[in-house]
Amino acid sequence: MLRLSVIKRWDGFKLRAQLEAPTPGVVALFGRSGCGKTTLINIISGLLQPDEGRVELDGVVLTDTRERIRLPVERRRIGYVFQDARLFPHLGVLANLRYGLHRAPKESHAIGLEEVLALLGLERLLAHRPHQLSGGERQRVALGRALLSQPRLLLLDEPLSALDASRREEVLPYLERLRDKLSIPMVFVSHHLDEVLRLATHVALMEAGEVVASGTLSDISLGPEFRAIVGPEAVGAVLDGVVTRIDTAHGMADVQVGRGTLHLSVPDTSVGARMRIQLLARDIILATEPPRGLSVRNAVEGVITELSEEIGQAILVRVDIGAGAAVLSRVTRHATDALGLRVGMTVWVLVKAVSARGHTYTTGERP
Amino acid sequence: MTSLSPAELDALRLSLEVALRSVAFSLPLAILVGYLLARSRFPGTLALDALVHLPLVLPPVAVGYLLLVCLDSQSATGRWLLAHFGIELPFTTGGATLATAVMTFPLMVRAIRLALESVDRGLEAAARTLGAGALDRFVSITLPLMLPGILAGLLTAFAAGLGQFGAVITFASNVPGVTRTLPLALYTAIQQPGGEAAAMRLALLSIVLGLLGLVLAELLARRVYRLLGR
Repeated sequence: MLRLSVIKRWDGFKLRAQLEAPTPGVVALFGRSGCGKTTLINIISGLLQPDEGRVELDGVVLTDTRERIRLPVERRRIGYVFQDARLFPHLGVLANLRYGLHRAPKESHAIGLEEVLALLGLERLLAHRPHQLSGGERQRVALGRALLSQPRLLLLDEPLSALDASRREEVLPYLERLRDKLSIPMVFVSHHLDEVLRLATHVALMEAGEVVASGTLSDISLGPEFRAIVGPEAVGAVLDGVVTRIDTAHGMADVQVGRGTLHLSVPDTSVGARMRIQLLARDIILATEPPRGLSVRNAVEGVITELSEEIGQAILVRVDIGAGAAVLSRVTRHATDALGLRVGMTVWVLVKAVSARGHTYTTGERP
Repeated sequence: MTSLSPAELDALRLSLEVALRSVAFSLPLAILVGYLLARSRFPGTLALDALVHLPLVLPPVAVGYLLLVCLDSQSATGRWLLAHFGIELPFTTGGATLATAVMTFPLMVRAIRLALESVDRGLEAAARTLGAGALDRFVSITLPLMLPGILAGLLTAFAAGLGQFGAVITFASNVPGVTRTLPLALYTAIQQPGGEAAAMRLALLSIVLGLLGLVLAELLARRVYRLLGR
C-alpha cells in the first residue's frame, strides 16, 4: 500500500493531496498540466520535501514531518523515470543501465541485467551512447536503468510526453509488459487518457493541487470529476471484461462485461484475456424495448440508475448492466422526455462494434 | 639565431616545470573553490570570490611583494614553513611555482565554476534516485561532466603560467636555472648589450609554445565533447 497525505506551498500554488493506492499495481496520476502531478511524485521520491505530511510505502515511513523522518532520496530505493530520460551523457548504454544495479544492496537483487535487456528489447543498444538513441529508445534505457536499481516503487513522470505518436508505440507496449510480468508497483503521471486506459490499474484524479477522486478506472470513469478533466468528447464508461470467444476471420471478439456480452471489433486477443474497453457516452444508444432489425450487434439490458444534466441540452444517463458494471450514454433532453427515461427504468444499451476502444491485458491477475 | 643555448633550454625546461607544477597543485583547490562559488550559499561567498579574483586586477608586482611579505624567511609563516617542512620559497623554483599558481588561480576557478554551473542538476537528481550518495554523485556524474571546463581551465592556467613575470621576479627573483623562466630570460636578454638575437629566439619560442597550447586545447576539447555526445 502506498499511503500519503501531504501539503506543499510555494509561489501561490498549493498542493494538498491525500492518496491511498494498492501495491503492487499501476497508479495513474491523471489531470491537466500544472495540477501538481509531478510535484506529488517528486514528494514521493524525496526530491521535494513537503511542508507537512507523511508518505508511507508498504509499511516503511519515507517522510513524516511531525516525527522528523526524512529518508534520503538515495536510500529510498524508488526508481524514477523522468520525462526527459536523463541518461548520463558521458556513459554508454550499458554503463547507464549498470549505474543503479551496482549501487543497489545485494540482498535486494530481484531482477537481473539479462532479464531487463530481454523485457525492454535493449540488447541491440548496449554499445551505443545516449545521444545516438531515438527518443523512444532513450526512455526504454531510462526505464531499464530504473528497474535495475531494484526499486520498491517505480515513478514515471509522463515518460511518453516528449515522444511523438509513433515513438510512443516504441515504449507503451514495454510498459504494459512490465506491468504484466513484474510485481513492481508503479505510479505514473499522465495527461493522456489513452495511456491511462492502457496502463493503469488504479487512478487518482488531480485538479488544482488536490486528489479529487481515486479508485479503479471503471469507477472513476463514471464520476463527475473525470468528466470535468477529460472534457465532453471523451466522457464514457471504462469497463473491464473478459474475452469469451474470438472470430479471427472478422477481427471480432466477444467480451463479457457485467451481465451482457459485447461483440466488438478488437484484433489480436485471445480467449480468457482480460480486456479493458472504453464506451464513449456519445456512441451509446438507449432503447426502451429489445431492438430488432438493426445493424448494431450489441444490445445489453440494464437499469437506469442516474440522470445528470450536462452543459447544453444534453442528459448523461447511467445504466447499470449488472455485476457492478455501468455505462454512460449521452441523450438529448428532447429524447429523454420523449422516451420518458427515469431512474429505475429498464433499457437496452446499444453499442456499435467499431466504437469501442479496447486494450488487452495479458495476465488475468489484475483488471 | 640558430639553436638554443644551454641557458635558454634551461629557461624553457624551468618554464614548463613551473607551469605544470603550479596547475597540478592548484587544481584540487580550484575545484573546491569553484564548487563553493557555484553551489554553496554561505555568506562569505562574495568575499571569497573577490579574494580569488584579486590577482587578476592587482599589479603582478604587488602580488609578488605581498607574497614576499607573507612568506619570506623573516616572516612568521616563512619561519614556520622552514622549521616544520623544510620549505623555503623565496629565491627557489618552489617560490616561482607558488607565485605562478596564485596568478593563474582565478583563471582556473572561473573555468571550473562555469563548467559546474552548466552541469544539468537533473542528472545529479537522477543519480540520486539510483542510489548514489553525495560524494559518489560528485565523482561519478558531476566531475566527468565538468571535464571540458576543467581541461579548459588547466590549459588556460598552464599557458598563462608559462608567461608569468612580475609576481615571479618579485617573489622568487631572477636566479639562472632556479627561477629564470622564459619571460625572465627574455627580459634578461633584452637588458644585455648584444642580446637581441637571444631575445628574438626566446620570443619566437614563446609564440611556438603558445600556439601549440592553443591547438592542443582545441583538439582536447573536441575529443571530450564528442565523448559527451554534444
